[in-house]
Amino acid sequence: MSGNEKKAKKEKKKIIPKKNPMPEQDPKVRRHNFEEVPYGYTPELAQKEAERCIMCKKPLCIDGCPVNIDIPGFIKMIAEGDYVGAARKIKEENCLPAICGRVCPQETQCEIVCTLAKKFEPVAIGRLERFAADYERDNNLIELPKKLPPNGRKIAVVGSGPAGLTVAGDLIVLGYEVTIYEAFHKPGGVLMYGIPEFRLPKKIVEEEVDYLKKLGVTLEFNQVIGKSITVDELLKDMGYNAVFIGVGAGLPSFLGIPGEELGGVYSANEYLTRSNLMKAFLFPEYDTPIVRGRTVCVVGGGNVAMDAARTALRLGAENVYIVYRRSRTELPAREEEIHHAEEEGIIFKLLTNPVEMYGDERGMVKRIKCQEMELGEPDESGRRRPVPKEGCYFTIDTDLVIIAIGGQANPLLTKSMQGLELNKWGNIVADENGRTSAERVWAGGDIVTGSATVIEAMGAGKKAAADIHKYLSDKEKQESVSWKVSN
Amino acid sequence: MTRIIEKRELVKDIHEMVLAAPLIAAKAQPGHFVLVMPEEKGERIPLTIADYDRDNGTITLIFMVVGTTTMKLSRLNASENLYALVGPLGHPSEIEDHGTVAMVAGGIGTAPIYPIARSLRERGNRVISIQGARREDLLFWTEQLASVSDEHIITTDDGSFGRKGLVSEPLKEILENDKEKRIGCVYAIGPAIMMKFCSLTTKPFGVKTITSLNSVMVDGTGMCGGCRVNVGGKTLFTCVDGPEFDGHLVDWDLLMDRQKIYLKEEKCSLDRYMEEVGGK
Repeated sequence: MSGNEKKAKKEKKKIIPKKNPMPEQDPKVRRHNFEEVPYGYTPELAQKEAERCIMCKKPLCIDGCPVNIDIPGFIKMIAEGDYVGAARKIKEENCLPAICGRVCPQETQCEIVCTLAKKFEPVAIGRLERFAADYERDNNLIELPKKLPPNGRKIAVVGSGPAGLTVAGDLIVLGYEVTIYEAFHKPGGVLMYGIPEFRLPKKIVEEEVDYLKKLGVTLEFNQVIGKSITVDELLKDMGYNAVFIGVGAGLPSFLGIPGEELGGVYSANEYLTRSNLMKAFLFPEYDTPIVRGRTVCVVGGGNVAMDAARTALRLGAENVYIVYRRSRTELPAREEEIHHAEEEGIIFKLLTNPVEMYGDERGMVKRIKCQEMELGEPDESGRRRPVPKEGCYFTIDTDLVIIAIGGQANPLLTKSMQGLELNKWGNIVADENGRTSAERVWAGGDIVTGSATVIEAMGAGKKAAADIHKYLSDKEKQESVSWKVSN
Repeated sequence: MTRIIEKRELVKDIHEMVLAAPLIAAKAQPGHFVLVMPEEKGERIPLTIADYDRDNGTITLIFMVVGTTTMKLSRLNASENLYALVGPLGHPSEIEDHGTVAMVAGGIGTAPIYPIARSLRERGNRVISIQGARREDLLFWTEQLASVSDEHIITTDDGSFGRKGLVSEPLKEILENDKEKRIGCVYAIGPAIMMKFCSLTTKPFGVKTITSLNSVMVDGTGMCGGCRVNVGGKTLFTCVDGPEFDGHLVDWDLLMDRQKIYLKEEKCSLDRYMEEVGGK
């Protein structure tokens, strides 16, 4: 071993215990604007962070990733300064790295199993993924991968959210002709209407979709499958060999309490769609209006609730409350989102459950009555059940209430089909490869699992794409055999 | 993008637009609606399909200029494009055999009433239509509606044409004179206040009354819940559960309150737009 090598080995063992922080906008400033909160790593910071990876012989992070990205592989390339190579390495498994680097819950997936995490903070895998993807894009170094020659088979993808985009991205390179049908006038599904600009700039979503378009994916907007075209017609009349359904969950739940129909009471879906997709945050430059509250109550404790609360703040609210019926430990939102919300001054009203809303003479909400709760025995989800405290009520004067308590499966498409098995909640029943009870129909994402994450939807899309390919290839082989036999 | 084939102002501030939309035309049925977005920065608004031509692949929309979106639509012309058109959405009207039906159209409501009346008549119903407007010069499609009606009554608020008064007055008389209970169903479509009063008129007679609600919407597919209404004590979504509901069960005051949520913003938006285009 030469002196230099020895030195290198010694240096590698010296582990920096904490992640290199990612520079971000000051909370006092950012609570008034819609610009992205973190700025991302500089090449120097990325390299420094990449060098924290100890290159395990048996890396656990790859299995932690729903789409099995070669994480040590791309991190090594960043450490060596080959940023573009790193981006392309990620894209072998994930066609939307700039999005996943921003919105994936790495702390419960790849980073939680990182060997470093046993003693120190894990490698900041998400930040590195984001860096590689941004570097490639910002420097105009995006290159299209090689595609297999056209195989003459057509695939229809319903919904252009994370599941659908992944299916399209995986099948287009295998030589399929892929068309995505989207109900809205813009692509991206929840990436576009749900996640706010300050967490996922829409320019990035558009550029990731452009990448798929350059690969040859066709997008048809304003098409509500089940209404303008049925799945049956896609398969029988329009010549598609297979259909993938990735329409998302998309039917908001309400609390079912008096006063919920008042003006100024929104589902998080509506509030975020108005702001993000319709750009009501730029009203009146854009025509879609939105109620701007001074004191805002957001009911719920998930990522969507955090997004809605932080959006309300940026739309000029003075006080924003998160009203959640359990305690802080049970908040389903990502720690990072809770932290960002707290930093920006969102007030958490925990162990609090709304029971009634009151309106003014115009029918606009003006007050919300809440009941105090305490935690009882664990329920079927394993979390301690919130129990109302007898007689303990208080009110909050408010002029905007956003209900962010999740949703159910939207039946618009599923009820237009025959022979498609649904579970008791109306979600599509699909096997681990996304295959449904309907012939040549696959499904994945929230319409199958109920509300979950972007990356889980992408993972489902990936498996479905592989299974569609296998099914159609096998079928072709069988057909060619029977053709030979009969001739 | 959707191409505008024809466009004309029928009467002051009420426009008819024929659009090239073969997929929608192929599936459209009476009672269906579409969502329209005039341009990229525009708002999405629902409009009931007034007519469709499956052979030519076109649909017809009729709208009244009330805000920025309809103002923008009114300024588009044939051979120009709409930014987005989505549909057909909602449940179609149930075309059943009722015997005799009374079709009550208030103002712009003539547009959605027409294809329903036509289908009900084709189904064998006797159609009595009552068409109302504020003044004679605001009446449109009178011949079309008459052509699908066995009896056609016109009212104007000021008496400048037909009967003076509101549509609910002849409706009440018809029901009072209907001793044999031939009228099996009433359709009332128009402004919320008109649908409310028609429903109140028919209620004592116990005649089924169907109304088509014009709630504020965003997506039109059940995703946002912005169009929620209270029908018979239940919260329903106009876009996927309707747009037609039993008028006797609708909480009309709530609907009207919800239609006014953005009154201030709508005015601000329209003023800004008019300034931008230099008045009219």
